[in-house]
Amino acid sequence: MIETIRFTLNHRPVSVATGRERPLLWVLRTDMELTGAKFGCGEGLCGACTVLVDGEAQPSCQLTLGDITGSEILTIEGLTKNGDLHPLQQAFIRHDAMQCGFCTPGMILKAYGLLLATREPTYEQIIDGMDDNLCRCGAHVRIVKAIQTAAEAMKGGPS
Amino acid sequence: MRFKDGYLQTAPTADVDAGTMSRREFLKRLGLLGGGLIIYCAIGDVTVSARTPRQGFLSGNVPTDFNAFIRITADNRITCFVGKIEMGQGPITSFAQMAAEELDVAYEAVDMVMGDTELCPWDAGTWGSLSTRLYGNFVTEAACEAKGVLKELAAERFNCPVARIITGNGKAHDSEQPAQTATYGELTAGKVIEKHLKDLPPLKSPADYTISGKPYLRRDALEKVTGNAQYAGDIRLPGMVYAKILRPPAHGARQLSADTSAAERIEGVEIVRDGDLLAVLHPYPDAAQRAVERINAQFTLPETGINDKNIFDHLLKMAPEPSIASQAGDVKTGEKGTAAIIEETYLNNYVSHAPMETHTALAHLEGQKITIWASTQAPFAVQREVAQTLGFQQKNVRVITPFVGGGFGGKGSSGQAVEAARLARKTGKPVMVMWSRAEEFFYDTFRPAAVVKIRSGLDNAGHMQFWDYHVYFAGRRACEIFYDIPHHRESVYGEWNMGPGIHPFAVGPWRAPAANTNVYARDLHLNLMAAKAGKDPLEFRLGQLKDRRMRSVLEAAAKKFGWTSAKTPSGRGFGISCGIDAETYVATMAEVAVDEKTGMIDVKRVVCAQDMGRIINPQGATIQMEGCITMGLGYALREEIRFDNGRLMDTNFDTYTIPSFSWLPKIETVLVPNPSLPPKGGGEPAIICMGGVLATAVHDATGATLRQLPMTPERVKKALAVKKNNPARGEMLFRSNKLRAYAQ
Repeated sequence: MIETIRFTLNHRPVSVATGRERPLLWVLRTDMELTGAKFGCGEGLCGACTVLVDGEAQPSCQLTLGDITGSEILTIEGLTKNGDLHPLQQAFIRHDAMQCGFCTPGMILKAYGLLLATREPTYEQIIDGMDDNLCRCGAHVRIVKAIQTAAEAMKGGPS
Repeated sequence: MRFKDGYLQTAPTADVDAGTMSRREFLKRLGLLGGGLIIYCAIGDVTVSARTPRQGFLSGNVPTDFNAFIRITADNRITCFVGKIEMGQGPITSFAQMAAEELDVAYEAVDMVMGDTELCPWDAGTWGSLSTRLYGNFVTEAACEAKGVLKELAAERFNCPVARIITGNGKAHDSEQPAQTATYGELTAGKVIEKHLKDLPPLKSPADYTISGKPYLRRDALEKVTGNAQYAGDIRLPGMVYAKILRPPAHGARQLSADTSAAERIEGVEIVRDGDLLAVLHPYPDAAQRAVERINAQFTLPETGINDKNIFDHLLKMAPEPSIASQAGDVKTGEKGTAAIIEETYLNNYVSHAPMETHTALAHLEGQKITIWASTQAPFAVQREVAQTLGFQQKNVRVITPFVGGGFGGKGSSGQAVEAARLARKTGKPVMVMWSRAEEFFYDTFRPAAVVKIRSGLDNAGHMQFWDYHVYFAGRRACEIFYDIPHHRESVYGEWNMGPGIHPFAVGPWRAPAANTNVYARDLHLNLMAAKAGKDPLEFRLGQLKDRRMRSVLEAAAKKFGWTSAKTPSGRGFGISCGIDAETYVATMAEVAVDEKTGMIDVKRVVCAQDMGRIINPQGATIQMEGCITMGLGYALREEIRFDNGRLMDTNFDTYTIPSFSWLPKIETVLVPNPSLPPKGGGEPAIICMGGVLATAVHDATGATLRQLPMTPERVKKALAVKKNNPARGEMLFRSNKLRAYAQ
């Protein structure tokens, strides 16, 4: 059944006329043409499709539009503010914290969710918080360094 | 030319000959692209043996007498065209460094165009760590020729001899009248220029390099952190549809019937049959997925009786006659008078590539032409395959390779592109095929399961006297012994690229094919010999090793690691492994702790030293080493495909476990300088030691021998139990030819 589903996407209110059972990932990628969230596994096992839902990192392949009605959704496309890169994006560049880059949007948003919950995470908290997001190229050591650098940069207040 | 490791590196005749574009057409097309300097350099006429033969690398899309790698436009931008693709391994950065260096322009002035069959010179595929060590020569030489033409243009403009022209930072000037200066863009003025170089100018001496050899961050990072980087699945065309294809439940299964009526009831679904393809198309990928799940299909199921437990017996039965990779002396002679003989069998299971991006392609038909955006390591092979399948002329098939989300050898085969092309032709619509994770596992070309048997002997002084090595179906790469053993023979039974009939499913190249298996078996066996000889494993190796490059990487790794001499097993959990891959020398040391109760291996740290000749981008080289080490933990400790009768048990990351953050050891890398050698491979070498270094570390920690990869907790516990309960019985068991007894 077609319904009008309303939510906030990258700081702006949006409405989509479609089925409420449709996965958020595919609505983002097709209806909204926002392709930063990637399809990796389809079962919430890899984190490539991670987005923020009301500030919490979640796999968008496991969410339906019904689940997120009225929520605030942030995708990688909404992370840059007025053309300025987010401290996490800057740190990922500075540390070369990616290779193929396919997991990168999900990694950055997962890390953002972690930093929103834990302002100054320990090394163990970063490892634990990021463990569900997979990277096949083996950029892990650099991703950890990037998150540490971004956490330091974000100490002053919310970013 | 065919490389020793089995990679074909020149074009099959069909690729080069098909529809060769005339010079006029080519110039016209470049004119449409905005012009630029084109060099007519008659490569074939020039007898400079130092230059790399390039004929096979200029496809039918480019006249063979053109330098097709570099374009210079009026705005002083340099475009470098390469047939290689970017899948994370970093050539988008290192090619730009090489082009800028030789051309004397700023690194930032170079734009890269990669893997587009319409624009780029031909290439077999991006694999074998060949981008820098082979293809890099073309880029460097092309840039050198372009600079030669620019100098001639400047000499004409300033009315001075060419010898007086000095280039630097994208400009040329007359050394005697420095006011006489022009940018490259001014010299070419955006026009298409044909210029015949009589002599090839000399290449820059590496000693004068200011860009190559310096660390550069990835040039694609900004696109990748903002989500703007486009992969094949991110391309959007008006009217495009997503296809989901009905798949068999097992390899060897045949479709008996398929009832699509329930699928058809989903609004907007289109059912398409094209030969053996049964696909559902829909503007939404999620709807196409739901629809294909509603097809009620019956299949015959194969009864091969082959599974991941008995596969090794099957492989030994299927073994062809061996070919000898290397030998010296006579192993039978060597066996006489040995004080101790050690004979072992080593196994490794099938391993998946599992890139984060599944195989994806979008095909767009326009009349008799088709364009395909594909996630592939081999765009020119896709072009040929699609042309053959559709009956199109090759020049009417264009393959564009956007960023590739990981390949590791698995995207050398690109069946999804052919599927998309067939469906696009059948329907006339742009069709996207994006494999699900289950399809990605099902159609993966796995690293083959393999068996290695080694029989070797020590003399009274504990020196290696003979080495009789047999490898079944892993392949020959890296199997050759580089220790000074008077009698040795390496016999190879089948390669990593065996066709149907041997394995229950497709196999293919997996990052450093064959080498991971061979190096694991060799180094574990060497440590068993060192233990028998009562020696330290490093000293045992160095004692019979003259090769200077190998000694230098072992010594560099030992220094960084802080290796101290001790008999093995020492209880410290120190592992050692070394080998040669893609002409690069690598040595790795590791420290592990083994939880004897759970069988869990805790990898505490890994140190890796590598001599890769002259290094273009030390930053990129280091990152490849780190990536190899991290990825290599997977095949060493956990990754294996379980299957039965052609059906895969592992179809997603819940049961097929790949390394994640919690696995991370402390990783340290050393680049051992060797600037006198041309650049060698960097994408694969550091992964080859990961099985060996961890197996020797576990043995050093516990005395247990892990004769099968991956070293899962179950196998670790079993090996510990065998050792504890009855070491002698364990030895007997493992010497038996009946692999069934312990393959688990």
